[in-house]
Amino acid sequence: MAGHDQTPLLEVSGVSKRFGSVQALYDVDLELYPGEVLGLVGDNGAGKSTLIKAISGNYKVDTGTFKFQGQPVQINDPKDSSDLGIEVVYQDLALCDNLNVTQNMFLGREEKNGVGLLDEATMQRRAAETLKRLSVTTLGSVNLNIAQLSGGQRQSVAVAKAVMWNSKAVILDEPTAALGVAQTRQVLELVRRLSAEGLGVLVISHNLHDLFEIADRFMVLRLGQKVADLVKTETTQQQVVEAITAGQLKYVPGQVTDDRDGEREDNGNN
Amino acid sequence: MAITELVDGDNNVTPVGKRLSFAENARGWIQNLKSGEIGSLPVVLGLVLIAVFFQAQNDRYLSAQNLTNLLVQMAAIATISTGIVFVLLIGEIDLSVGAMAGVGGVIIARLIVPDGTAEVPWYVALGLALLVGIVVGGIHGWFVAKIGVPSLIVTLATLFIGRGVVLAGTGKQGLIRVQDDSVIGIANTFLQPSVAWTIAIGAISIYAVTNYLSDRNAMSQGLSAQSWSMYVARTSLAAVMVLGVVAVTGNDRGLPLITVLLGAAVVILTVFAERTHFGRYIYAVGGNAEASRRAGINVDRIKIACFMIGSFMAVLGGLVLASRLRSVDNSAGEGNLLLNSIAGAVIGGTSLFGGRGKISSAIQGALVIASVESGMGLLGWPSDRKFMVTGAILLIAVTVDTVSRRTRQSSGRA
Repeated sequence: MAGHDQTPLLEVSGVSKRFGSVQALYDVDLELYPGEVLGLVGDNGAGKSTLIKAISGNYKVDTGTFKFQGQPVQINDPKDSSDLGIEVVYQDLALCDNLNVTQNMFLGREEKNGVGLLDEATMQRRAAETLKRLSVTTLGSVNLNIAQLSGGQRQSVAVAKAVMWNSKAVILDEPTAALGVAQTRQVLELVRRLSAEGLGVLVISHNLHDLFEIADRFMVLRLGQKVADLVKTETTQQQVVEAITAGQLKYVPGQVTDDRDGEREDNGNN
Repeated sequence: MAITELVDGDNNVTPVGKRLSFAENARGWIQNLKSGEIGSLPVVLGLVLIAVFFQAQNDRYLSAQNLTNLLVQMAAIATISTGIVFVLLIGEIDLSVGAMAGVGGVIIARLIVPDGTAEVPWYVALGLALLVGIVVGGIHGWFVAKIGVPSLIVTLATLFIGRGVVLAGTGKQGLIRVQDDSVIGIANTFLQPSVAWTIAIGAISIYAVTNYLSDRNAMSQGLSAQSWSMYVARTSLAAVMVLGVVAVTGNDRGLPLITVLLGAAVVILTVFAERTHFGRYIYAVGGNAEASRRAGINVDRIKIACFMIGSFMAVLGGLVLASRLRSVDNSAGEGNLLLNSIAGAVIGGTSLFGGRGKISSAIQGALVIASVESGMGLLGWPSDRKFMVTGAILLIAVTVDTVSRRTRQSSGRA
């Protein structure tokens, strides 16, 4: 489905990141194409969060380069990535419960009227338009407080907030983790609509069943290394699970960067 | 009114919003009420109960004279409470406001004493006192935001320091008389009927016009606006309240100047809190500081600013108090001023948990507190009983806040 002859929207090459004695990422490559949904999977501690925090500018990488739409770019802080058009929807959604849908969607980028006061009416209209464009119809009004919304509605608002600023790539961290069946369905449909609009969508999820419904491609991380890049049409859930749990490691943890006094014998996978 | 859509040619659709019907309007209102958005309802009910109770005990309670006194008495608490609202909105507390009101009063009174030492015009004295307030608030905010000291402790420290300053500033006599006519005039001027009616009608007109314009603006963006009947009802209610105050006070000495000043301050602060970027960020920080940070908001700066506003308004409250009492003594800002000011904000519906509350809630709460105090004073109740009653009211108000908050949360999951 993803046209691999195109230029990737986002191209990450050779990213490594170390926290003290823990090597969180080893030489990881990632490409995200416009209009595709890429599922980023891996066990706990595989480095998924570190990778997206590197892309979003929350962590500075030790080595590695970024290209956006073919152009080399620097991502040093969250503003750099959002200026490029990369938006991240974190698991906690980062919404203010006490503010309404419109106020949340415009938080930090409010519209002003002629006298410098907030232009609530224009913001409401634009928020409603964005939600309509994404076919988020379960929301009664853009004046509802977030506290009054269900989990799925909140997730939809967080996604709409991310994409309303002409973003080109959206990263979703566990978008369905806290949701029921019907709400999960809403969010999955929303993700498909984003890719249909030409956005590159990177989804982190533990739920392979959900991911298989929406993703075009899977990238598997294991112990900080990329161990597989699988196209959905050519793979099965079984293969993805195998890659997550026993994917071939390029580097053996502990032997790459440390000076060691002796060889270890218990690493069967190399 | 029907939905009108102006479709011109191809896909260029300009929707025009409509006014809601009265039924839709009323349904939305009841819905909000059920989900715990209780608004001013508890305050209105409380005021009615208070009025009935005290009027039954003493029929002078609802007299023009007592009501006019009440308006003057509530001014200092209301002023300080509006500042407290800003601090509560970010989920913090300021225990120093009473002491800072005292400090502000002492600074102003000392500087304008005509003893030939350091006499300055009253506005210079006020400016300096407000500057001290801003600096102290900034220090509070800095300790809370940058160091992470709990606001409870930082402002408790200032409470003690401020008490010390008041004792030192009032000297051996323990009292500074205020003789400056301008300062005394702030809380002791009553407006001529013609002036009062003009201000009242002007204010109502501005309210009606801005309300109308905001509805029209909403409809021009394709959004729905309140129904005509709701518009008329709201405007009439505002008119009845404002004109009622002018009429009642007109039967006594006239509309107090301080009431007009307070009203103007509330309007300005409300616009600031609800219609500016800065105000929006205050609510955002109170609701979810981490989300605000990720949205690019400088959370520390917002917090520091709120503490500055808190201390600034406390100093202004000190000025009002000094003006009304025509003196500042060594107990200035002591006693239940602090608790009354916090209670004022909370009774009016400002949440102690941050993110919820309106500037006008400070006025509503201060009105409740002043009504009770005035009634207790009229009945000649002793201080012991006054303290107990004030404590009970505070507890009831916070309980109402907590319960409605729980209702909101449970209905949020519906």
